[in-house]
Amino acid sequence: MRRERAPLWIGVLAAIGAAFFILPLIGLVVRTPWGDALQSLTSADTLDALRLSLVASLSATAFALVLGVPLAWVYARVDFPGRSVVRALTTLPMVLPPVVGGIALLLAFGRRGLVGSMLASFGVSLPFTTAGVVMAETFVAMPFLVLTVEAGLRSMDRRYEDAARTLGAGRWTVFTRVTLPLIAPSVAAGAVLCWARALGEFGATITFAGNFPGVTQTMPLAVYLLLETNPQGSFVLSLILLLVSLVVLVGLRHRWLGSA
Amino acid sequence: MVGVGVSLSVEGARLSMGSLRLDMSFELEDGEVVALLGPNGAGKTTLLRAIAGLLALAGGRVVLDGRVLEEAGSRVYVPTEARSIGFVFQDYLLFPHMSVADNVAFGVRSRAVALEWLERLGLSRYADARPGTLSGGERQRVALARALAPGPRVLLLDEPLAALDVSTRAGVRRDLKAHLAAFRGVRLLVTHDPLEAVMLADRLIVMEEGSQVQSGTPVEVTERPRSRYVADLVGVNLVRGRASGGVVDVGGGASVAAAGADSGDVFAVVHPRAVSLHRARPEGSPRNVWEGHAIGIEMLGDRARVRIEGRVPMVAEVTPGALAELGLVEGSPVWVSFKATDVAVYPA
Repeated sequence: MRRERAPLWIGVLAAIGAAFFILPLIGLVVRTPWGDALQSLTSADTLDALRLSLVASLSATAFALVLGVPLAWVYARVDFPGRSVVRALTTLPMVLPPVVGGIALLLAFGRRGLVGSMLASFGVSLPFTTAGVVMAETFVAMPFLVLTVEAGLRSMDRRYEDAARTLGAGRWTVFTRVTLPLIAPSVAAGAVLCWARALGEFGATITFAGNFPGVTQTMPLAVYLLLETNPQGSFVLSLILLLVSLVVLVGLRHRWLGSA
Repeated sequence: MVGVGVSLSVEGARLSMGSLRLDMSFELEDGEVVALLGPNGAGKTTLLRAIAGLLALAGGRVVLDGRVLEEAGSRVYVPTEARSIGFVFQDYLLFPHMSVADNVAFGVRSRAVALEWLERLGLSRYADARPGTLSGGERQRVALARALAPGPRVLLLDEPLAALDVSTRAGVRRDLKAHLAAFRGVRLLVTHDPLEAVMLADRLIVMEEGSQVQSGTPVEVTERPRSRYVADLVGVNLVRGRASGGVVDVGGGASVAAAGADSGDVFAVVHPRAVSLHRARPEGSPRNVWEGHAIGIEMLGDRARVRIEGRVPMVAEVTPGALAELGLVEGSPVWVSFKATDVAVYPA
């Protein structure tokens, strides 16, 4: 990079901009009551929230992989009428206020929803259950995986697939033995992004699944509620979520932060 | 109908891609190595991909051993994976996430057979290496082993040497010739390098702008070029015109005297060495004499090639000494002469 000195005012504004992000993080680390941390961590409610968060976010990531990779493949490879509309609709949760996503899920899968009323007649109820948490998280987080995998599919050299076909491989073999391994870095990055988003999900979850400790109360929900009753505990949980985010960021640094 | 002994036949295969209009017909027999020779953009790779079923035909058909692989306008389409066609791609396209042995085993689905092929091509020690760690020549042999291992009926090679350094090309070409000789099946390779085509192939098919312009043994093609492209590759002067009474009328009021030019539409070839240059109008026996301008001079080893604009554009090959003596520079007026007996004439 060329050596360059910032003009004074640009430097000052840039420093304020950086401080805006860094100060809250410092605040979190400094004000966390480290002595009580272990105790807060091992309280039954906290452990429940932590366990539920892990189970739900990993399940959401698994669903996103099973459904999202094929969806990305179709977007990247199949030219069907209305593709851009469908693609826009499935990307919408990335920009949609999560609460709105939760209400939309209720209207579709709630007891009186479009599909929910049918499910109810089979005795299946999704809202306000752990399954509902997984659905809300999948709804909000899957687009990150789909977009990342689609980009990977579009940038891969498709002639590798041609080579596989000349060697007698059918479509499924080509997909599993050539396409998937070649886009594995994109799939991994998409899965990690998706998981991080699912782990932090709040709005859609609380709207669609509610806030029942041990059943639907995930870490972000617990953090928010503890702030009223036990601020110290909420600081500790926040710190845990911060560490997880940091690990994700470091893991993806080559992809998102260049060589810096 | 497919003739006896014809293994792969491409019949009026047509397709369009960008500005390219491909329209090719030819037949390949077992036992011969055929090279598709043509400039970049002639449609050679497109044709190979169409034969392999990777591109759909808009017209015509492809037949292998009497079995129609694809026929445009009908429902007949044998997918690539069922065509028994081995393909060596230009940049080899070895799967980067697999070892060399796994690459070769991919098609044949047997590690034992893959190892046999690696042995045969002298690659055993690389069995567990990743393709990325191999040299260009080694990668090419792995690609060849991978294409041959499943035992295809047809072997297609797209510019098999183009990805290699000039320094390694001669050795790899020699090996490739031996491996091609060992394969019993239809062999078709694509190249834009005439040397490669002549050294590897028994027969050349010259392609330009999606169509065949000439076909024959390397000797036939180089001795009797039928297109500007081939003439330039071989380095001879080529004109086309109507022959009558020992003269070829090339149009625009210009003609070339040629022994044996009796009648019909003909090509006439003059070797640049047979063309003499003079400062003034030469006196003597040559029947072809006219004045022109030198428009380009380039050195080629110990010879100078002079491009002359005139009644008929010509390239002459002279020694640098002669060039100096004539005081010839680009733009100089110069007289051209060559004998009618130095012009080879053949029907167009």
